[in-house]
Order: sequence, then structure tokens, then C-alpha cells
Amino acid sequence: MNFKGRDIISIKDFSKAEIEYLLDYTKKMIPYANGEKHTNVLKEKILCSLFFEPSTRTRLSFESAMNRLGGRVIGFAEPSATSQKKGENLADTIRMADSYSDAIVIRHPQEGAARLAAEFAKAPVLNAGDGAGQHPTQCLLDLFTILMEKKKIKGNNVVLLGDLKYGRTVHSLAYALSMFKADLTFVSPESLKMPKEVINECKELGVEPTSTTSLEKAIKEADVLYVTRIQKERFPDAEEYNRVVGSYKVDATLLKQAKEDLIVMHPLPRVMEIDPEVDKTTHALYFKQAFNGVPVRMALLSLVFGGKKL
Amino acid sequence: MKELKVTPIKDGTVIDHITPGRALKVLRILKIPESTSSVVSVAMNVSGKMGKKDIVKVENRELDPKELDKIALIAPKATINIIRDYEVIKKHKVVLPDEVIGIAKCSNPTCISNAREPVESRFHVIGKDPPRIKCYYCEREPEDITEGII
Repeated sequence: MNFKGRDIISIKDFSKAEIEYLLDYTKKMIPYANGEKHTNVLKEKILCSLFFEPSTRTRLSFESAMNRLGGRVIGFAEPSATSQKKGENLADTIRMADSYSDAIVIRHPQEGAARLAAEFAKAPVLNAGDGAGQHPTQCLLDLFTILMEKKKIKGNNVVLLGDLKYGRTVHSLAYALSMFKADLTFVSPESLKMPKEVINECKELGVEPTSTTSLEKAIKEADVLYVTRIQKERFPDAEEYNRVVGSYKVDATLLKQAKEDLIVMHPLPRVMEIDPEVDKTTHALYFKQAFNGVPVRMALLSLVFGGKKL
Repeated sequence: MKELKVTPIKDGTVIDHITPGRALKVLRILKIPESTSSVVSVAMNVSGKMGKKDIVKVENRELDPKELDKIALIAPKATINIIRDYEVIKKHKVVLPDEVIGIAKCSNPTCISNAREPVESRFHVIGKDPPRIKCYYCEREPEDITEGII
């Protein structure tokens, strides 16, 4: 399978076989991601990291991934000190980044920004989140986490909880989980329901998701509970946000009703949707999930640079 | 051509069987009148064998039928008739291409294609009957295709 020079824009650009290959390749990266082993396979390569929107995990794990592979990183963590502030368009910024580096990772507040970047760059572009659009590396690390913990993805009852309307991770994840034939349950307030478009995509892939507003009902049968934050920044008006924030809370009392081997995941940051007391339980997987961002991004970077032997 | 209520043309192009009410949008897609000085006549809600339809006639200009395929987005049943000396010498039923570029604006206000970037709008055609499109950039599917016509 050849990923050399390929842009990583949307999970929908990948076949199931390609995702399986990527997830398998990621396993090999774990000892390098946690510092047990060392490699310089990307020595002399420069990754340009363009973050037009705030990020902690995605940016740091991309940087860590590139460094762990022996490569170097240039870029910015917020656009206020760049020419964008002077009115430069994205296409021009990308042309520059392309000439200064061997690969580009981009996070941008507008949907489709990474796809546009890929049009203007010769170097491979990796999408680190475009507005409410795609976030393929998050999706891959979520799949990887489920695979590592549950040994398979197919047949697991995955409950997606919270902001299913604006949350970019849940849209790609619902699609990818459907490719792998997981059972899906969508739990959200009425006003933040999963868009019809996404539900139709799941159906086209042969999965019939169940939708409910009751977490209590859904938790009992869940194998994976994927919690998302109600994202204030995606709401068109504050009134709607105030109406739904705090709709659900995952705490120890709720988890008493869950299966013993339920895993709780969250793309983070969390605000109030998971009680800190859950951190101590065996259900809490979100920090391990965040770590998995490093081996997944190492696998992607390694592969887009040709997948040389470590 | 005898069934038409409007006068036949001697030479030119007749776009027939346009979805009723969409003739003006078809003209907009074809950049008419900006792109031509020919006489253009439009008939709307004309009764035909298959119900109501719109018709556009462009005199003394033979439009490239293939180039007209893009109007299939809003008029999937349209036919293109090339007329010479009152006779139909070529008839073409429009076929929606796999991709439509520069004729419809993405309905997502935060799509990068709506920003000040040097790109044209671009959609993948994901369904032909009825026509369904998805933005190449933001991957959203507009609810009403006709609204986005530039």
C-alpha cells in the first residue's frame, strides 16, 4: 500500500483496507512514541505546522510525532503573528509553507481549508481539523484506541454523546465506525442531534444507528462511550449554547449502570461533561486515547514520507 | 418544433424541457446575456406533452451541447436542439457531469470556497436523479441546489 506524498484530508478519502493498514502500522510506532526505542527515519525532513486555531493535543502530538521520528518542525501556534493578520489569503500562506518544508499540517477555522491547502501545495498536507469539518487524524486515533482496547471494532456498541450537530470528530467517527460495522447509538439534546446527512451515510454503509436523548437508557448496553464537549465556539448564538450546556454528565453514579468493561473516551478538552472522579476508574480511557495521537501521527508522517523501515 | 407556442427560429439553439420556472437560472449558468449579443427568447410554464416546461431559444448561435450539460444540475430533463434552416440537425439530452465547477456557490457560509481565495466553487455529483451534489471543499450537501447558482 502506497501512502507516499499523499494528502491526509478526510477519513472518507480512505478505504477500509487502507485504514486497517494504517492502524496496523501504528502498532509498530508505540515503542518509538513512548520513548522506549529511538529512530531518525525522518532526519532532514521539515514539517510545517500551521495552526490558525487553538489546539493542545493535536499540535503537540504532531510535533512530538515528527520529533520522535527524527524530523524537525517549523510553524506557528496561532495566526496573530503571521501575514494572515495583514490580510494574506490562505493560498499564498500555503505556497510559502510549501517552499519552506517537506510536509504541511494545518488546522483552520474554515471548512475545506485543508483541501484548499492541498491544491496549492506540492508537499503532502495533513488536516489537523478544519472548522466543523474533518479531523481525520483524530478519527484514526479514536479507531486505534477502540481496536487496542476491544481487540476489534466490529460489533461493539459505541455510544456517541453530546454535541453531535457541530462536533467534527463525531461526524467522521460515525462514518468510520460504520465502515467497520460497529453498532451506533447517538445520544444528544434534541437541538444538537446528529445531522441527517451523517445518519444517511451510516445507513449507506449498512449500519442503522439508534438515536435517543436518554443517556441512562443507552449506557447499559454500551461497550464504548464517546463523550464530546458542547463547543461554545461553534454555536451561532450564546442563547442556544446556554440552553444545552450541561445537558449530560458522566459520573461514577451513572457508570454503576454500565458494563464492567465499558471504556469512556473523549477527544478532550473536557469542561464539565466528565466528572474528574471518573479518571480513577478503569473506564477512563481518554488520556490513553490522547497519547495514541502520537503513534497514529507518527505512522501517518512516516507513511507520507515513504514508510522507510525504522 | 410545431408544438411550441413561441415562433420557431431559423438558426441557433433551443433548450427545451427545462424544469418549469428555472429558465432564468439556466440563463444565469450559461452567462446569458453577458456572453452573447444574439437574440434570446424565453418561454416559461409552456404546456407540453410531459406537462409544463420552460424553453430558451438563442438565435444564430450554436451552443456546444456538451458545454450545456452543466444545466442538468437544475434542469435534468432538458434537451438541446441545434437548429439550421428551421430543421433540428442535432438533439442532445443533457447529462450531469461528475463534477460541476464555478456555477453554484457553496451554501455553507464558513466553507473556504466562500472566502477570499483564488478558487472556484467545486462540487462532486453524488446523485443524478434527482441531482445531488457535495462541496469538494467542505463536503457539505446543499439542501436546495438552485439557491446556490451564481
